[in-house]
Amino acid sequence: MSEQVLAADGRPLKSSLNRALRRQKMRALMLIAPLLLFIMLTFVIPIGQMLFRSVENQIVGNTIPKTVAALAAWDADQNEAPDETVFQALFYDMFVAAEAKEHTKLGSRLNYEQAGISSLFRKSGRSLSDIGELYQDAFEDLNPAWGDGAFWFDLMNDNGGAIASGLMIQQRDRLKRLTSADISLDVDFALRGDIAQALPLTAQQYASWALYTANVDNDVIAEETPWEAVYAALADDLRDPEAGARLAAYDGPGADSLLAALAIVPDIAAPSYKDAFAEIDSGWLEPRVWQTIQTYSPPFTPGYFLNSIDLEQTPNGIEWRPENQQIYLTLFWRTLVMSLTITGSCILLGYPVAWMLANLPARTANLLMILVLLPFWTSLLVRTSAWKVLLQDQGVINSLLVWIGLVADDNRLSLINNATGTIIAMTHILLPFMILPLYSVLKTIPPSYLRAAKSLGATNWTAFWRVYFPQSIPGIGAGSILCFILSIGYYITPEIVGGTRGVFISNRIAYHISTSLNWGLAAALGAILLAAVLLLYWAYDRIVGIDNVKLGG
Amino acid sequence: MSQAGNSAAFVEFERVQKSYDGETLVVKDLNLSMPKGEFLTMLGPSGSGKTTCLMMLAGFETATHGAIRLDGVSINDIPPHKRGIGMVFQNYALFPHMTVAENLSFPLEVRKMGKSLREEKVKRALEMVQMGDFGGRRPAQLSGGQQQRIALARALVFEPELVLMDEPLGALDKQLRETLQFEITNLAHDLGITVVYVTHDQTEALTMSDRVAVFDDGRIQQLAPPDELYEKPQNSFVAQFIGENNTLDGVVQEIRGDTCIVKLDSGDVIDAVPVNVANVGDRTLVSIRPERVEFDKSRLQEGAHTLKAEVLEFIYMGDIFRTRLRVAGRDDFIIKTRNAPDQVRLEPGQQIDIGWLAEDCRALDA
Repeated sequence: MSEQVLAADGRPLKSSLNRALRRQKMRALMLIAPLLLFIMLTFVIPIGQMLFRSVENQIVGNTIPKTVAALAAWDADQNEAPDETVFQALFYDMFVAAEAKEHTKLGSRLNYEQAGISSLFRKSGRSLSDIGELYQDAFEDLNPAWGDGAFWFDLMNDNGGAIASGLMIQQRDRLKRLTSADISLDVDFALRGDIAQALPLTAQQYASWALYTANVDNDVIAEETPWEAVYAALADDLRDPEAGARLAAYDGPGADSLLAALAIVPDIAAPSYKDAFAEIDSGWLEPRVWQTIQTYSPPFTPGYFLNSIDLEQTPNGIEWRPENQQIYLTLFWRTLVMSLTITGSCILLGYPVAWMLANLPARTANLLMILVLLPFWTSLLVRTSAWKVLLQDQGVINSLLVWIGLVADDNRLSLINNATGTIIAMTHILLPFMILPLYSVLKTIPPSYLRAAKSLGATNWTAFWRVYFPQSIPGIGAGSILCFILSIGYYITPEIVGGTRGVFISNRIAYHISTSLNWGLAAALGAILLAAVLLLYWAYDRIVGIDNVKLGG
Repeated sequence: MSQAGNSAAFVEFERVQKSYDGETLVVKDLNLSMPKGEFLTMLGPSGSGKTTCLMMLAGFETATHGAIRLDGVSINDIPPHKRGIGMVFQNYALFPHMTVAENLSFPLEVRKMGKSLREEKVKRALEMVQMGDFGGRRPAQLSGGQQQRIALARALVFEPELVLMDEPLGALDKQLRETLQFEITNLAHDLGITVVYVTHDQTEALTMSDRVAVFDDGRIQQLAPPDELYEKPQNSFVAQFIGENNTLDGVVQEIRGDTCIVKLDSGDVIDAVPVNVANVGDRTLVSIRPERVEFDKSRLQEGAHTLKAEVLEFIYMGDIFRTRLRVAGRDDFIIKTRNAPDQVRLEPGQQIDIGWLAEDCRALDA
């Protein structure tokens, strides 16, 4: 360790230097700050969020939290539908979700994993109130006061005693997670402690309803009749074996009415929740539905990624998807192979042009350069559509080939709506991205190398292959990386000229983003694509060395 | 001086012309003949056609007219890689992606030489330029002088009989240049190879060559050994291009065999050797080397003409003194004297008489 060097003022030289450089660094940072901010806001953060979607799965736990909890105990291997507790939990979960119109979203989400669940959820959401209505009618027959909002409000609301604030907070949080509506409003209602103890389920459902009514519907709680789930909850509370003891301990408002209700509960002719759901749709009795719900109940899931590579989660672990549903691996492979083909043909077509650009006299080279850049002045869509015209069965190229006699009239080449079309059109579109970096590197190779090689006895080919070409590899590398990365994510051209056999994975991503709305899967596919590009980049760095990539100079 | 068409000629240019644009000739009617083993330098200002000549010889440019012969065979239609001519480039042109040894091995590989023989030859060539330990390095890891040594070794490793060098030392500093000049000449003589060397540095040309061809305006102005070139320039271009030179304008007054009398524009009369003045009354440019001017009367010939001169400036340059004089109305007349113990140091303002031996003063074309 050498002695610390001091500056003239006695401070360590290093810190003096740092101080001197800090101003420069700050200024440099200030200069790039706008761009940095712009990129952060418009690129890094959205991409990060998008990638997060590929594993995010909170919708299940947020929409049907009780069901998820109840289902944890269910053994999927038994191969039969879960018992009444799960269906009861599902009833209460679904009821709120249906009121908030969130159940269909969950249905769509689960439908990605198993077809048919979407309609199951939609159908059930409509019929759930029928179950509660049975109880509501029975209680109102007993005492019309049960249909009165004010009666309920007195039964539940604060009258100076203990407050069950924990339950309120819990319900508020649950609603917040469920819906994007604003649930934070301070409502004119506080759940009383003693009623929460006497009727736990009812108190919960009432609190939930009260919060929703006041926040979302903007109604006065005391003037509204609670929704049907509250009556069902009352019945469930009163059916509890300990209900008698609890009510005996209760002496708040409506204690008499509750005792009267307790007496009639056993006589209410209502089906079990399980039967009720089965009545709505027998699909609810299928174990597969429940297996799917259970599999996708954690807040994070590898499911999207598994789907992206044609796998799926089953109770028996990870398995291949059915043969007829496998699509993504083929697409990834096709994207990779075609991108490499396109990059390869860009090298083959671009190298001679770049060579000419680098070796022609400046005037001619400039003219040629304009021709190279010309495509950039034309809309991508126009260029691609032009290829459609050129390549179709009755198009210019086929007609020319028929006219020359190379191709029989009844056997025209199919150049469009397949991989060939995509490769031809994309090679044309990406060619400038190969030529320009290649040109800038070729231009820096002095012609004296070729002369030296020839003077040493090398033929033209040997001189090129042994001396010139190795020095142009950095340009090929730069052009290839550019072309490959551009083509692997290309979307418009394959969409227009690719047909079904010539589309890329990016077209599938676009489909999931804009048509099927399965953003999680789209995000997973995108993440895999990104990872593949980074992997190839890494491999390139290992094999060729990224220092060897030059864009000029 | 060798004659064109000489049977001993190894390299021969016969009436060679070169034009790039079809309008102007870069090389005009070039005739040159070199015997085997000669070290010939093409010297000239840039644009004088010397590099074009070299490129035509190497095969990278084709002659528009005329014949180039190598060892009696016309090589006009032989591609460069079949000519077997070694070449050293100004920017070295070492292949950056190959090691030094691979660079040297390249010409042997393309000649399909066996591996062991190749290695041996590469080793010998590297030792020849005192770079034996550098075989594994990349060109970029070497200094300019080392790179040039390698370039030289690469041009020699396949044992060509003719080696062309295109300003090989142009990018090096003075000291290194002098060392390498010496090494290149020695190597060329030891190996007995024929060298055509292109440079615009006259010192280099004079110190290295057997003969120097001075190029200007697409023609060889004079082709002669260095001493002859310096002491007996054939025309005013050569006189002024090679070394320092004093010139005086005048008219030929009288020609008497191998001497003539020139009347300067100032009215003074001097003696000179008529080189390319034919008639009395011709305008002429008289040239005298600064070191041949005398101001000590005792060292001049009896009856020699002298000129009045005034000392303007005295410059001490270490080994020599350089004195600027006003002579015959011009104040850029330079004389050089050796820094010897008995040497007179002239003072500015001093009036002196200067003169010279008639044979040192050459009356050239005006």
